[in-house]
Amino acid sequence: MLNVVYRLISPKRIEANFSDIQLDKCSIIVRPTYLSICHADQRYFQGEREASVLMRKLPMALIHEAIGRVIFDPKGEFQSGDRVIMIPNIPYEKDEIVAENYLRSSKFRASTCDGFMQEYVEMDGERLVKIPCEISDEMGAFTEIVSVCIHTIMRFEKFSHKRRKTIGIWGDGNLGYIVAAIFSELYPNCEVYIMGLHEEKLATFTFAAQVFNVNNIPEKLKIDHAFECVGGSAVQNVLEQIIDHINPEGSIALMGVSENAVPINTRMVLEKGLRVFGSSRSGKKDFERVIELYNEYPKLKEYLLNLVNNVIKVRSINDMLGAFEYDINCSFGKTIMQWEV
Amino acid sequence: MIYAVILAGGSGERMGNVDKPKQYLLLNGKPIIIHTIEKFYINPRFERIIVLCPKNWIIHTKNLIMKYLPDYDRVDVIEGGSTRNETIMNAINYIEDIYVLDEDTIIVTHDSVRPFVTYRIIEENIDSAIKYGACDTVITASDTIVESADGNVISSIPDRKKMYQGQTPQSFKAMKLRKAFNSLTFEEKEVLTDAAKILVTKGESVHLVNGEVFNTKITYSYDLEVAEALIRRENNAERSI
Repeated sequence: MLNVVYRLISPKRIEANFSDIQLDKCSIIVRPTYLSICHADQRYFQGEREASVLMRKLPMALIHEAIGRVIFDPKGEFQSGDRVIMIPNIPYEKDEIVAENYLRSSKFRASTCDGFMQEYVEMDGERLVKIPCEISDEMGAFTEIVSVCIHTIMRFEKFSHKRRKTIGIWGDGNLGYIVAAIFSELYPNCEVYIMGLHEEKLATFTFAAQVFNVNNIPEKLKIDHAFECVGGSAVQNVLEQIIDHINPEGSIALMGVSENAVPINTRMVLEKGLRVFGSSRSGKKDFERVIELYNEYPKLKEYLLNLVNNVIKVRSINDMLGAFEYDINCSFGKTIMQWEV
Repeated sequence: MIYAVILAGGSGERMGNVDKPKQYLLLNGKPIIIHTIEKFYINPRFERIIVLCPKNWIIHTKNLIMKYLPDYDRVDVIEGGSTRNETIMNAINYIEDIYVLDEDTIIVTHDSVRPFVTYRIIEENIDSAIKYGACDTVITASDTIVESADGNVISSIPDRKKMYQGQTPQSFKAMKLRKAFNSLTFEEKEVLTDAAKILVTKGESVHLVNGEVFNTKITYSYDLEVAEALIRRENNAERSI
């Protein structure tokens, strides 16, 4: 079956390309319904990635956060019409130690293969997670970024010591908001401090114990562990602050992507005996954990639903361009494309 | 009930020196008609997919469907009529004889040689036919349309803003379409070029659905080459980036 794939050809230019899906195979065909725009998509769309990277990766369909409806399943594992989250990570091997999202052989939608901006998406059934009816389409659309935060918190649980009286989260954007919201629910006895730059955004973190402007963090403030949710060129300054304010033997979770090599004050990392760990993307069990959490912590659903900025109907390539341009002008929250193209 | 009606009755004279109707030519190694049927086959809103083709191609068409589609029981292959609209009437009569035909029965009629039709176009056709009773898929005219009554000189140049190019699907409430067709005079039937005109002739509204520029009809050898090139570009690209 001929399938339309809407690929970014060059910055701000999307074209309809065609792929041929074989219906006699075992793949499940999913019709994308709600797609959520991520900063990573914007970096490609706006041409902010290095020219050599753009040259190598484009043309490529963007979007790795999406849900859809099962249209066709030759094996009958899913019913036609089932709402599903599409997992963007595609593992090609299993490893007892290394998680699927860290295997170098894995592919990732909208990074190392086409993303979900397609008429239909051919999926392996193992890469789909059914969405319970209590979860709205808009919320389901950005499950991936929530799963990334869950994944990091699970790793935090594994790597950090048990004294969790105070936690510092640097970053007042979507990532920081989601990590903070989940953390506040999962660890109600822990005081969560948010360090950010924008008063307006910091005001949305109503579940946090305290919020601080990064230019005005009290010198005496101490935290047991830290999450860096900033990325970009600010990471160096953020890490300096974290290392200054963290107690000895604390852990630092790195979550923000930076295009540059970042210098770290290793002397103080050594002196304080800190554990710095990286975290990127997520695997199937993290998606399933998100669904469980929404059931276990209903307040979390409300907090995260506040992230939805706008739901834009997309019926043409012009609508796609409009959605990306709308999103780039939003300082906070998620732009969801209601995929009707 | 909603039925897809795939019109594969053409004999392919315009394709040039080929030995079979154009809908059976291969596009990326698969018959064009199969690419087209697949688009309707995977849409769960269709009760049945009815394919109408020339009598001596029925067995061949059935064999192709059995070869390429995992569950071919949802597809019927029957003989087309002598004209496009007679073929559609055959489909409606077939639905009445074998399945259920009532006031709400919708038919989504589509050229078997338009394999690039999209999910959106099909969905909007169904919704529009349910809501309005009839719809036609169109794109805005990119070229100026020139009218000539005698074929030698221009008699008028219509305002391009009001001109559209017709594509398919064309979708209808089946009973309404058949009733209108049966009420046409012989002369009126003689000048029909498509099914939408049946209703337009009777003064009925036919709503517009936006098509896509790439939802082209593979009519000439050139069209097939363009279609091949569009898909070949995909095959040549290293999609694992």
